[in-house]
Amino acid sequence: MEAFSALLDALVYTRSRNAKLKLLADYLRDTPDPDRGWALAALTDGLDFPAVKSSTIRNLMSERVDPVLWTLSREYVGDSAETASLLWPGPDTAPAEPPPTVAEAVDALSRMTRANVMSELPRLLDRLDGSGRYALLKLATGAMRIGISARLAKTAFAQAFDVPVEDVEEHWHGQQPPYAALFDWAAHGAAPPDSENLPLFRPFMLAHPLEQDEVSLTDYAAEWKWDGIRVQVVRAGGETRVYSRSGDDISGTFPEIAQALDIDAVLDGELLVRGSHQGGDKGGAASFNALQQRLGRKAVSKKMLAEAPAFVRLYDALIVEGEDLRALPWSERRQSLEALIPRLDPERFDISEVIEAADFAALTAIRERARDDAIEGVMLKHRDSPYVAGRKTGLWYKWKRDPLLIDCVLMYAQRGSGKRSSFYSDYTFGCWDGDPDAGAELLPVGKAYFGFTDEELKWLDRYVRNHTVDRFGPVRETDKSLVFEVAFDSVHASKRHKSGLAMRFPRISRIRADKPAHEADHIATLQAMIRD
Amino acid sequence: MARDFSWIRPEPWGIHVVPADCWIDPARPVDRALVTHGHADHARGGHGRTFATPETLAIMKLRYATDEGAVPTPYHEAVALPGGVRATWIPAGHVLGSAQILLEHAGERIIVTGDFKRRPDPTCLPFEVTPCDVLITEATFGLPVFRHPSSEQEIGKLLSALAANPQRCVLVGAYALGKAQRLIAELRRAGHNRTIWLHGAMERMCALYEELGVSLGPLRLVSDAGDKDELAGSVVIAPPSALNDRWSRRLPDPITAMASGWMQVRQRARQRMVELPLVISDHADWDELTQTVIDVNPAETWITHGREEAMLRWCQLNQRRARALALVGYEDEDD
Repeated sequence: MEAFSALLDALVYTRSRNAKLKLLADYLRDTPDPDRGWALAALTDGLDFPAVKSSTIRNLMSERVDPVLWTLSREYVGDSAETASLLWPGPDTAPAEPPPTVAEAVDALSRMTRANVMSELPRLLDRLDGSGRYALLKLATGAMRIGISARLAKTAFAQAFDVPVEDVEEHWHGQQPPYAALFDWAAHGAAPPDSENLPLFRPFMLAHPLEQDEVSLTDYAAEWKWDGIRVQVVRAGGETRVYSRSGDDISGTFPEIAQALDIDAVLDGELLVRGSHQGGDKGGAASFNALQQRLGRKAVSKKMLAEAPAFVRLYDALIVEGEDLRALPWSERRQSLEALIPRLDPERFDISEVIEAADFAALTAIRERARDDAIEGVMLKHRDSPYVAGRKTGLWYKWKRDPLLIDCVLMYAQRGSGKRSSFYSDYTFGCWDGDPDAGAELLPVGKAYFGFTDEELKWLDRYVRNHTVDRFGPVRETDKSLVFEVAFDSVHASKRHKSGLAMRFPRISRIRADKPAHEADHIATLQAMIRD
Repeated sequence: MARDFSWIRPEPWGIHVVPADCWIDPARPVDRALVTHGHADHARGGHGRTFATPETLAIMKLRYATDEGAVPTPYHEAVALPGGVRATWIPAGHVLGSAQILLEHAGERIIVTGDFKRRPDPTCLPFEVTPCDVLITEATFGLPVFRHPSSEQEIGKLLSALAANPQRCVLVGAYALGKAQRLIAELRRAGHNRTIWLHGAMERMCALYEELGVSLGPLRLVSDAGDKDELAGSVVIAPPSALNDRWSRRLPDPITAMASGWMQVRQRARQRMVELPLVISDHADWDELTQTVIDVNPAETWITHGREEAMLRWCQLNQRRARALALVGYEDEDD
């Protein structure tokens, strides 16, 4: 555990990506099995201990620290695990047992039950120092928040053992912590883990934002960027899985998709819900808002399936009936996909049409008109591009439509978590429900905690502190004097909010310290932007 | 009946000693100021008369280039103020010359701690526990998460980083008054005898400390270094604001460190872009704050600035009378 907690601490304080990679790679090379495998799982969110939740930390501390002092401390530190590691009362005598190894800790945590976690977890904590307690609690609750993405961890793994990162991504999936087969392959030269006949996730190909003014449509094909969620549908060995962008298995949430594919294949597409909204005349889809009703549900009711049936609009084919197409140019994969479509259930699968445009100017005009269609924008794919994991320059571009903008007034602020800890960085803002000069009031319309620079955050934090008129626990109410220009992707009707509106992906676009609050926008302006 | 101690009145810009018409660490110019220590937010210029220890007055003279109206008040020598008030400056252990101020009037004793700490500091006299009726205390680190480790341990971290990276230097952000000199003195105590390099903003204060009898060993200015190589393997000390400034580009691949009590919280260190956090503070941590209330055992505890909510709660849990004073103008973000 000492090596792991030292690694975590070093990672927290290291900013450069290369330095982080080196720290991780050194750890993976120098640490024995199975500790390194468990550590890797912890860093990439591959561990789950049902008996230990963040509420466990709170309950554990409530037996040891006054609840008011705990709340004040937690609010200041911005992280429960760290707060607990600092507040943990050291044992009166030196611990009888040495600190546990990562493997021992994982073993002990996985055997804990809700009945005994309150007595067993303290025994582990008592064997550790402050850094060790932090590492243990982070590992146990699975919320690392130290700026290590799964992708970075895989890159470090590749660097540690000098193997291609694409191979790591490919072999990684389907392996369980502590990844014995993966380490055997990379560190000891064994054969790679067997992946045939398993419905495994393949890493997605991603796009860069389009930054140049135009590209040639001779080289690039244009497609709509549909506003659903990107999924991969995989069938192998008689089983079908639906994976999300992050590789999570969401087959249970969308059983109608998992049941519909009867050909062995790996397909890439956009998961959408039937409706009249996106794609107009040809088998339209509803807005993202409709899809949202179905996300995150473990069990799906018949009513849901009937009212909001899902389908996948296919973008690409990676593997079809055992033939790996990924190395082929996009145009050839596209032909295979088009050939496959008639063999698929038309209720559940259709193809994302290529946009026909004479030239880039024509495409621009088509994209402009698409504003009403709740389409996210346009994808540009190089006709020769193979299907490669991650973002490779020059192959795929996303050309999102410009965000919608509205001026709102800052109403409430709350301290943030992670790197925004102890700053008032989570803002609730509102619009006027009528003419402010005639006594109208502000109604909250959204919440955002990014879009500003670190410098602006410091300024905002000070602003909030100096303009507080009331406090509700951790929330400060401001004097409602500051205007934000808020950017967002779309806005929908919602019963959850008093304003009857919910914004999608709101972020602070500009701080309009120059603009008086009564000149901010009205609710009616937002209502006019609803498209569903 | 509870006494109301109405002869001392906390106002937003300072503590008013009413019968003597004096102000403690006022944030605006007044006729008579009683100053606890030399940090700029406590020792502002422009007062008619300034009562402070000779060391604090020397620090203020260095900063404001004048000692007009200065009235030296050596430790433990009671000063008679108008209105039957006696004031005595007592070591606070915060920085050189820092003091608590004991005020006596009509048989009542009130202590204003100013900023203080209880741990040993080779550059100043230790805090003295003094009985009183009202303890007016700071609470900069008044949250139970703040438990500063020993400075030996933190200096050890600094020296190991230095030893492990002989081609680099360790750039430590530290307050120019107090923290910088304490850091140097602690390094010397740990046997580090090499030249320590300074940002220009540190020079005069270090020279003043030497003048006042705190020896700091070989010091040089970064601007006098021949080239980057001369700084490799060395400790460089700069004010926190210079850490990520253009100034630090002249250093050989610096490891950015900061000596501050805030470094206890990981994300605070990250926000300051610090790679090597050193938890070295000139303020009392939670245990020191609460122990001080227990040791001094006043009838009432008033809390001036910092995380006052948690201290209030602690006092309540321990059946001690307490209140928070809303004072403005004290900045402790860099300690």
